[in-house]
Amino acid sequence: MVLNIEKNHQRFRQIVHGKIKKELKKYITNSELIGKKGKQIISIPVPRIDLPRFRFDPNQTGGVGQGDGDIGTVLGPAGPQGSGKAGDQPGAHILEVEISLEELAQMMGEELELPNIQPRGKKNISSEKGKYTSIARSGPKSLRYFKRTYKEALKRQIASGTYNFENPVIVPVREDERYRTWKLVEVPESNAVIIYMMDISGSMGTEQKEIVRLEAFWIDTWLRSQYAHIELRYIVHDAVAKEVDHDTFFYIREGGGTKISSAYKLCSQMIKEQFPVNDWNIYLFHFSDGDNRDNDDTINSLVIIETELLPVANLFCYGQVKSAYGSGDFMGEMEAEIGKEPNVAISKINSTDEILDSIKTFLGKGK
Amino acid sequence: MNLTPELEQVRDEIKGYAIEYGLDPFETIFEVLDFEQMNEVASFGGFPTRYPHWTFGMEYDHLKKSYAYGLHKIYEMVINNDPSYAYLLKNNALVDQKIVIAHVYGHTDFFRNNYWFSATPRKMMDGMANHATLIRQYIDKYGFEEVEKFLDICLSIDDLVDFHSCFIKRPQTVSKTADIHKKEEDEESEKEKIQPTRFPAKDYMSGFVNKEEALKEEEARLKKEEEQKKYKFPLNPEKDILMFLIDNAPIGNWQKVILSIIRDEAYYFAPQRATKIMNEGWAVYWHSTIMTEKAMRDSELVDYADHHSGTLGSMPGTINPYKLGVELYRDVEERWNKGRFGKEYNECDDMQKRKDWDLHLGIGRQKIFHVRRVANDITFIDNFLTKEFCEKHKLFTHKLNEITGMYEISDRDFQAVKQKLLFLLTNFGQPIIRIVNSNYKNRGELYLLHQHEGVDMDIEYAKDTIENIQKIWKRSVHLETRLGDKGKLFTFNGKDHIVLNTNS
Repeated sequence: MVLNIEKNHQRFRQIVHGKIKKELKKYITNSELIGKKGKQIISIPVPRIDLPRFRFDPNQTGGVGQGDGDIGTVLGPAGPQGSGKAGDQPGAHILEVEISLEELAQMMGEELELPNIQPRGKKNISSEKGKYTSIARSGPKSLRYFKRTYKEALKRQIASGTYNFENPVIVPVREDERYRTWKLVEVPESNAVIIYMMDISGSMGTEQKEIVRLEAFWIDTWLRSQYAHIELRYIVHDAVAKEVDHDTFFYIREGGGTKISSAYKLCSQMIKEQFPVNDWNIYLFHFSDGDNRDNDDTINSLVIIETELLPVANLFCYGQVKSAYGSGDFMGEMEAEIGKEPNVAISKINSTDEILDSIKTFLGKGK
Repeated sequence: MNLTPELEQVRDEIKGYAIEYGLDPFETIFEVLDFEQMNEVASFGGFPTRYPHWTFGMEYDHLKKSYAYGLHKIYEMVINNDPSYAYLLKNNALVDQKIVIAHVYGHTDFFRNNYWFSATPRKMMDGMANHATLIRQYIDKYGFEEVEKFLDICLSIDDLVDFHSCFIKRPQTVSKTADIHKKEEDEESEKEKIQPTRFPAKDYMSGFVNKEEALKEEEARLKKEEEQKKYKFPLNPEKDILMFLIDNAPIGNWQKVILSIIRDEAYYFAPQRATKIMNEGWAVYWHSTIMTEKAMRDSELVDYADHHSGTLGSMPGTINPYKLGVELYRDVEERWNKGRFGKEYNECDDMQKRKDWDLHLGIGRQKIFHVRRVANDITFIDNFLTKEFCEKHKLFTHKLNEITGMYEISDRDFQAVKQKLLFLLTNFGQPIIRIVNSNYKNRGELYLLHQHEGVDMDIEYAKDTIENIQKIWKRSVHLETRLGDKGKLFTFNGKDHIVLNTNS
């Protein structure tokens, strides 16, 4: 039987991917955060690739059903529910193409032409993992390897002369039984930590946080696709910095002045204590509106970056979000001072539309 | 893979029962597939070879995922062909295979004996493979993208055929001369009939009431209209739009061949769409009869019941064609066994009497065999759906509540349910569209008319579809329809969409 579905399937996937590639920008800028389900599978409702045809307005068609209920009983929401068409047309179902985060990251990588990240040397630690590739003479019944057991029994019976060609019945005894068992395999693993820092001073509004949130999600998605294990840390700061959890990071609203150096200090301390540079690939992202308390602190901040952060980090990214309350020039100062360092990326994000470009700036270095 | 000796034995046993019961199936060849192969074959509509197109890939994607997530599993598939082909899923339990085999014999009996299948080609296994070969040749010659682009267009209009056309018997005459001559005479006499309207008036008033110029003007107008009819082609509205395009559209020969392949396949599948309820109902009827009366062993009862109820289960608020079909056959069987039909029964309005009505006729089995020979889903529902059945099986109609955006039960009245069901089955639940003129405005433009039956068309879809037809027809394509009570004429001229209000 000649089967040739694979090519058609690929073609379909390509079209779907093509669609998503074009819409990818839309997904990012529409504030449409895509949820995770279970183990990293997320479901993006992709418009079914539906060839146009003459058909009735589905909202007017109605249908016939079977079951209890009075007139007016609600059956379910409009949309992709199979409204019990007795005709049962083939192929009239809405299709949701499920895409794993990994696939999504890959598409994003293609779209943005992101280079794959080269983990820095020596930062690969290996871990041991069990794989069921071995055979043992004892084990639980559920892992009994029928074929091997049969073969052993056959061998024994032939060798001992009890095998009867007329009546080829094979009876395994205890010694014949073979079981599947695991073997330890060394799997190299590279670890990464992302530390997000955000300015939450009075001038950072909801819109600014939304930008940070979306950008963080996509950065996260990309880095996850590049590393087996990702640690996430969040730091917020106004005049003082503190570590917070994920939810707090995105939804906190505080007022107050700004002292950027406080965040960098905390960050540096965190790395020293928890993420030894030999074991970890370190990514730092800082988002702020660029308004710092005074020039002294700005200089102080830049010094911390240069002396403490850059030597240990794979990448340091600074994104300056435009704020209604006026923006300072932290970005300008930074550019002048450390803009040429190879592991520094700086970008300005004026609106959600610019998130994509910003991500490209940040991750385009392949660090 | 061929059947194992065990399955062969089971097949022969069940086939024996089927024939004992009076079924008359095609020779049926069973093959065993694993689930990957099953999904592949299923996404090709049951055929191992089809032309390459991503829509099959889309089906596959869907089936594969549904299987992987345990949402859905294909148990059986059977192809209308002589001999028929049927596929069994490799790792199904024996009792499942038994059910499937019995079920399949129901289908192949139906394929062979139902009137609506009588015009389908029975060597479609080869037919599909030939179609695939032809299209592959065109791909080699004209390029994949080019052919795929055209296939996309064809598949968007593949249902614009006239399912009944293969059953229309046209009188065969030895000589056409007489026909043509008669037609000419008819036309002549038609012409003579063209007379301007004269209002009755007394002689002396006639010159004033029926003015000479006015009469001449009207005569000239009528003649002109008559003259214009000559430019009208087709003479009668044509529902087989695909055929019309194949015969008349200015497209390359290879495109005509592809269009005609799509049309052939549409006609091949049409009877299966037109008898979904009957065909599945019939197969369920026979698998349950054969299993419960003959083939099932005691130890298989629980698995059988589980599987069988899975087949007949329906989501709340929907109709399962398997269930509706089998219940309707059983109802007909019971009614004809007890003589619950005919004038006397129909006119009896004593509910108790109706309930106890039993003439011990015992002709139920005979009747359902007759029904499976002559009916399709529409006539099946039209003739045999009864008020009692409707109430017993709690059928209802539902519609969308536009305010809440929810589907709601709208009616439980028998007539309403029946009407809705028939509507959903008519023309496979698709709008009826005909070509009324291919020389509209004497400019070779294609004029389509939607026969509006109370439900509007999906306009966005319709626009894109006429765009596709325009790509074949090359000149402007018009579609007359109605939105609510307003007449509309949608036009695509190759560049823009134009919408006009019509007064009809």
